[in-house]
Amino acid sequence: MDILASLFNGILIALEPINLGLAVIGVIVGLFVGAMPGLGSVNGVAILLPFTFVIQGFTGGATSPMIFLASIYYGAMYGGAISSITLGIPGASTAVATVFDGRPLALSGRAHVALVTAAIASFIGGTISTILFTGFAPLLASVALSFGNPEIFSLMLLAFATFVGLGGDDIPKTIFSICIGLALATVGFDIITGEPRLIFFEITGFMHGIRFLVVAIGVYGIGEMLWTINSTRSGPQMSKVDVSFKGIFQAIKDFRFAWKGTLIGSTLGFFVGILPAAGATPGALMSYGVAKLTSKNPEEYGKGSIDGVAAPESANNSASTGAMLPMMTLGIPGSPTTAVLLAGMVIWGLQPGPLLFTNQPEFVWPLIGSFYISNIVAVLLNLSFIPVFLWMLRMPFTILAPVIFVLSLVGTYAAYLDMFDVGLMVLVGLAAFVLRMLDYPLAPAVLAIVLGPIAEPKLRQSLLLSDGDFSIFFTRPIAGPITVVALILIFLPFLKWISKHYRRKV
Amino acid sequence: MKHTKRVFFTLVGIAAIAFSGFAGIANAWEPTKPVNFIIMAGKGGGADKMARLMQAIVEKENLSNRPLIPTNKSGGSGAEALVAANTASDPDHTIMVTLNSFYTTPLRQPGLGIDVMTFAPVGRMAEDTFLLWVHKDSGLKTFEEFLAKAKAEGSGWVMGGTGKDSEDNIITDHLNGAYGLSMKYIPYKGGGAVAKDVAGKQIHSSVNNPSEALGFYESGDMVPLVAFTNERLPLFPDVPTLKEKGSEFTYYMQRSVVGAPGMSPDAEAYFSDLFTKVYNSADWQSYKSKKSLMGDFMSGGELVAYWNVQRDLHKVILKASGAIK
Repeated sequence: MDILASLFNGILIALEPINLGLAVIGVIVGLFVGAMPGLGSVNGVAILLPFTFVIQGFTGGATSPMIFLASIYYGAMYGGAISSITLGIPGASTAVATVFDGRPLALSGRAHVALVTAAIASFIGGTISTILFTGFAPLLASVALSFGNPEIFSLMLLAFATFVGLGGDDIPKTIFSICIGLALATVGFDIITGEPRLIFFEITGFMHGIRFLVVAIGVYGIGEMLWTINSTRSGPQMSKVDVSFKGIFQAIKDFRFAWKGTLIGSTLGFFVGILPAAGATPGALMSYGVAKLTSKNPEEYGKGSIDGVAAPESANNSASTGAMLPMMTLGIPGSPTTAVLLAGMVIWGLQPGPLLFTNQPEFVWPLIGSFYISNIVAVLLNLSFIPVFLWMLRMPFTILAPVIFVLSLVGTYAAYLDMFDVGLMVLVGLAAFVLRMLDYPLAPAVLAIVLGPIAEPKLRQSLLLSDGDFSIFFTRPIAGPITVVALILIFLPFLKWISKHYRRKV
Repeated sequence: MKHTKRVFFTLVGIAAIAFSGFAGIANAWEPTKPVNFIIMAGKGGGADKMARLMQAIVEKENLSNRPLIPTNKSGGSGAEALVAANTASDPDHTIMVTLNSFYTTPLRQPGLGIDVMTFAPVGRMAEDTFLLWVHKDSGLKTFEEFLAKAKAEGSGWVMGGTGKDSEDNIITDHLNGAYGLSMKYIPYKGGGAVAKDVAGKQIHSSVNNPSEALGFYESGDMVPLVAFTNERLPLFPDVPTLKEKGSEFTYYMQRSVVGAPGMSPDAEAYFSDLFTKVYNSADWQSYKSKKSLMGDFMSGGELVAYWNVQRDLHKVILKASGAIK
């Protein structure tokens, strides 16, 4: 009852005109930075952090500034899907898994279905996670604490396991693709020894490692565009786009087919989000993998599955709410964006940590209230803008291709202000095109680059703990079951593949 | 009506600040584009929180006509950041917030070709302090109990810290050497993750800075046993120093802002002035006392002299631990 009363009060404060207005502006800004390739929520909140001091000057408290930044964060999670679907370039790293099925849907003339599904799935993911946050924040904080190095490594192993099946039937090519990704992920400085690794030709650009967004834009912006040009010499025929409101309403009704993916994404995404090591990008990728793994029609994935859009989109929203939890209750940011939010909280005079909920209820509850409100604002705005997004798809490919090319270049530069990354992105794009021609699945490589840098230090820290004994992943109460499930999932398709080939030969 | 009045006064205020700014800094060097503000550590650690606070103060007090853009370069105990600053294409617009890895990393990796004395001494913002932390469920109340317990556990006692051969590693090595312990040291990416793992009982102890452990200290999860400072810290009056326990060992971490090698004297003067203002701001002073930071502002020749002393000290420490020859 106590929680409900506090929450009700919080929602009322979030609905005050100034807070509601800030939420609307924040969501619009977020939609925009999310939709721009290269720019993500982190750029949005970092650029507008100074503006929050002006807001604080007017309202006095820390609540309104935080509501504003949180709305940008949410808006960006919705916005990321827009360019993933319409252009095939992930708008933000969190939306990379949305490309897998969103793009094929758009190419087959069902962009409106993909966009509507993404919007509603985002809303449900955001709302479910906010409910979990409201009810169980202190409990979940202790869950986050119970995940040490071996537990997080087991979870990463599970993520890889769900992706072994992702590349289709060709298991060896999938494994090869994962290995390429893992190798690229080791470039740069090693945390455990402090030594540089794989600094090719002593180019300093490699010292910071190969950044995920560089690979994502290279693979999906450049690589995919080249492949489209190559496979449709005469210029690809985009099927006619349905921009009528009737089509959109039909798509809203058809959302019932996306329930399963949405539920998987909402819960798994939230859970991955609350672990300080992970964040929204691994959450979205894992949800996609699990949705496919548990689907009755896994063959649809990658070709335009609605569940394949709903799972990552609900997950990235859900995970971004989840990532607020360690930031607020433990004072540890799980993502670059929450690092900026944390800095904001400190300067607004708050002490994030286990006592925040007890000491600062007048900050916490309106913020949680605003999570609910921002999600409603975001889904309404997003749905009403869909005809505008669809209009972009009406451009002929001869115009769209140069636009994608330019956006890929600008987006890569905007992300880190580093020309080395732009060159590397083009190289990655060319390599991706070649691999694609040879029929290698690329999604597993992308996954490996996201998860590799998390998994590797956790593996080595765990082995330091156990003096090199691998049993640490089996004997701990949380890590053990996760490891076992992951290993079963990894070897299952292997066994299937071997038995299939064996039978063929006999 | 009230609001309009406030808006009006705010606008007048902004205009006044803007004009006074124009008058005051005529002819002086000013940044002509956003300033690259490199953070020599990962997200969420003490250095990161502090750097973002500095940036926020600059924005809040409207101290600079161009924004500072923070970028985390945590790779290789600061090596990535040092190399990035050393090879910056525009040293006048590249500044960096540094830790003690500013001395240790170039000593350990001469191949990087870094000479820290070529960096511009913009300003020392604080000296951070270290305490020894354990979880309250360990039941340990004193440093002596800790020593007995850690000795009994041998290499089963796990100490977490930020990076290899870093500040935390140096203190751990000292404790191991001076008290005959064989604690196992596990490097992490940032101090926030270390504190979280002590609070979650994943590791046994840490030597976190107060700013990293404060949340868990206030909630009672983490208990400080000893401080590695000259005097007891005002924030932890009941926690003895290692000196009181008969040791000469003290250890501080510098929190300095430096300019990239090759920064012009005019730009250096501008940033020194900027960070003097940040240092004197109410926000910075309150952060300093709340997070138990020591040390006064220092810049120019004084800061270079301080670096020299510190670098020699670290050379001795690293040689003793066998990290360098």
